[in-house]
Amino acid sequence: MAANSLLHIADAPLKRQRLIDRSFQAVTTASAWFVLVILAAIIVSLFVGGWQALSTFGPAFLTTDAWNPVTDKFGALVPIYGTLVSSFIALIIAVPISFGIALFLTEISPHWLRRPIGTAIELLAAIPSIIYGMWGLFVFAPIMSQYIQPWLQNHFGEATLAGPLFEGAPLGIGMLPAGIILGIMIIPFIASIMRDVFFTTPKMLKESAYAVGATHWEVVWNVVLPYTRVGAIGGIFLGLGRALGETMAVTFVIGNTHRFSLSLFEPGNSIASTLANEFNEAVGDMHTSALIALGLVLFMITFIVLAAAKFLLLSLERREGVKT
Amino acid sequence: MRSLKPLKHLLFAGAAVFGLTAGVVNAESTLNGAGATFPYPIYSKWAEAYKAKTGVGLNYQSIGSGGGIKQIKARTVDFGASDKPLPVEELNESGLMQFPMVMGGVVPVIHVKGVKAGQIRLTGAVLADIYLGKITSWDDAAIKKLNPHARLPKQKITAVARADGSGTTFIFTHYLSQVSPEFKEKIGNNTSVAWPTGVSGKGNEGVASYVQRLDGSIGYVEYAYALQNKMAYALMQNKAGHFVKPDSQTFQAAAAGADWKGTPGFSLMLTNQPGAKSWPITGATFILVYKKQDKPETVKEVLKFFDWAYHHGSKMAETLDYVPMPASVVNLVEATWKKDIADASGNAVWTDAMIQK
Repeated sequence: MAANSLLHIADAPLKRQRLIDRSFQAVTTASAWFVLVILAAIIVSLFVGGWQALSTFGPAFLTTDAWNPVTDKFGALVPIYGTLVSSFIALIIAVPISFGIALFLTEISPHWLRRPIGTAIELLAAIPSIIYGMWGLFVFAPIMSQYIQPWLQNHFGEATLAGPLFEGAPLGIGMLPAGIILGIMIIPFIASIMRDVFFTTPKMLKESAYAVGATHWEVVWNVVLPYTRVGAIGGIFLGLGRALGETMAVTFVIGNTHRFSLSLFEPGNSIASTLANEFNEAVGDMHTSALIALGLVLFMITFIVLAAAKFLLLSLERREGVKT
Repeated sequence: MRSLKPLKHLLFAGAAVFGLTAGVVNAESTLNGAGATFPYPIYSKWAEAYKAKTGVGLNYQSIGSGGGIKQIKARTVDFGASDKPLPVEELNESGLMQFPMVMGGVVPVIHVKGVKAGQIRLTGAVLADIYLGKITSWDDAAIKKLNPHARLPKQKITAVARADGSGTTFIFTHYLSQVSPEFKEKIGNNTSVAWPTGVSGKGNEGVASYVQRLDGSIGYVEYAYALQNKMAYALMQNKAGHFVKPDSQTFQAAAAGADWKGTPGFSLMLTNQPGAKSWPITGATFILVYKKQDKPETVKEVLKFFDWAYHHGSKMAETLDYVPMPASVVNLVEATWKKDIADASGNAVWTDAMIQK
């Protein structure tokens, strides 16, 4: 009897432990599912809200450039094109610069300089996007229209392939300025991730390369980059994701017009800035529905980008260890 | 487990405080309205002064005219506000009445080197052609003809419009549709339209900063923005053929000439009004309330507030560059309140005795 009661005493805290364990598991599982539920709820509500526009215009919604609240005709080509092109310009600018920053910080920079520059980059990432937008409109746009755009027109305006890209009046507002601002905005994200993953390269590998006479560039290109490929690509896609969804900074400098033009000098529109501009005062049901459908399109684009990144990483992993 | 207890207490306390504030917001002494952003500064200024005087507060959410119409139709607010008057059919269908509260003007502003405020004259037709993309240079013959003495450069015109839907755009396109059949056919009249040329900025401040930024640009903003930013406005030719400059006198002239009496539901736009001194791009902003009231006490408070604003808020409106409604229109509005707004049993909610002169 006595032994039995002793056993009970020992058992009680154990039972409690088990209960806590189980509830902890339940809470964490529920949290994980919660994310999926929210994701599904967002997709469903975007789909339901955008159904009127999607069913009326069909697939043509993605390929026509009419956006006319008066006649209730909506097509998403201009904002889709603007979103993709401005993000693409941003990547063209941000990736090489970020790579250079990361290379400098990990291989070339003296030790005492690493921390201040690293902190400065992280501070850049903390600046609210509206500040970039205002800087873009008030400081960068005049420089763009007075110096950069005329220079581009003088040098590339007559080129057969690139010529049409630089047509039109140099306003300092449009697709190219928006892309450049976006590029500056995403540099800190890509650069700090690249720097962090570059640091993970084992010293031994790098030193062996230096020992056989490799230059800084050869070490980074042939040793560091292959070793950190996955992380570096992840950083680039994180920056791309941010560029695709950026709203305020783009709204300030892209010009906000629903007109299709190949020229990078002409004003355009992105999905996020269309939503920011028009959602508040969209009066007609079709206009609101078209805007929600636009949100769904942005969701899909982001999803495709992330899926592509994952796919790229998987195929890279598969090739790992195979002699090239 | 024990350590959680204080947290629990805190949560309860928090809930209690939250409940308390929610109770205050719902109390009878606060009126709820939502809608147009254009009159927001003056409504909040009136609300502040009115609260100091009577203790009745106003909670106005400037969510946009479209949002204001949606909210009053969903009956989540005591009144809605819109820069775009609803047509009579829509008012009757939903059982709403509307009345004009305060006016403002839309002003074409330009940025051409060497041209100061009031130095350029434009007609509605020329303005429409600029926004249609037909007149593309400042030295175009049509502009030169109106301004024989101005030194206009051979410079591309960048037409700046609003990117967001807005009452300002509604008033502006309403005017251009009246004076240019081609504009009416190709672009039309709405809170947002498909502009064939130029760039667009978000909000009055967005248009103002684009115009200040871009050499050779023209835009349209609410009068207050043109004034505050010291922008170069253009003189406009009105219906009577005179060139007038935008200010409170020409806005009031436009309102005085307007036929409010003969317009059912006050569904009237003040653009292109007759009168030698009328500014052609004038507009009013409107309040929407239900005609038949389940809560007559609440609407009585709403009407009292707007009555007070009509009779005692003119000075405040003028300091913020709005234009108060002329007395004749105020009398007409209050007579309509008396006639149209009734409680559930059909008794008038508003009486002449309640006017706070």
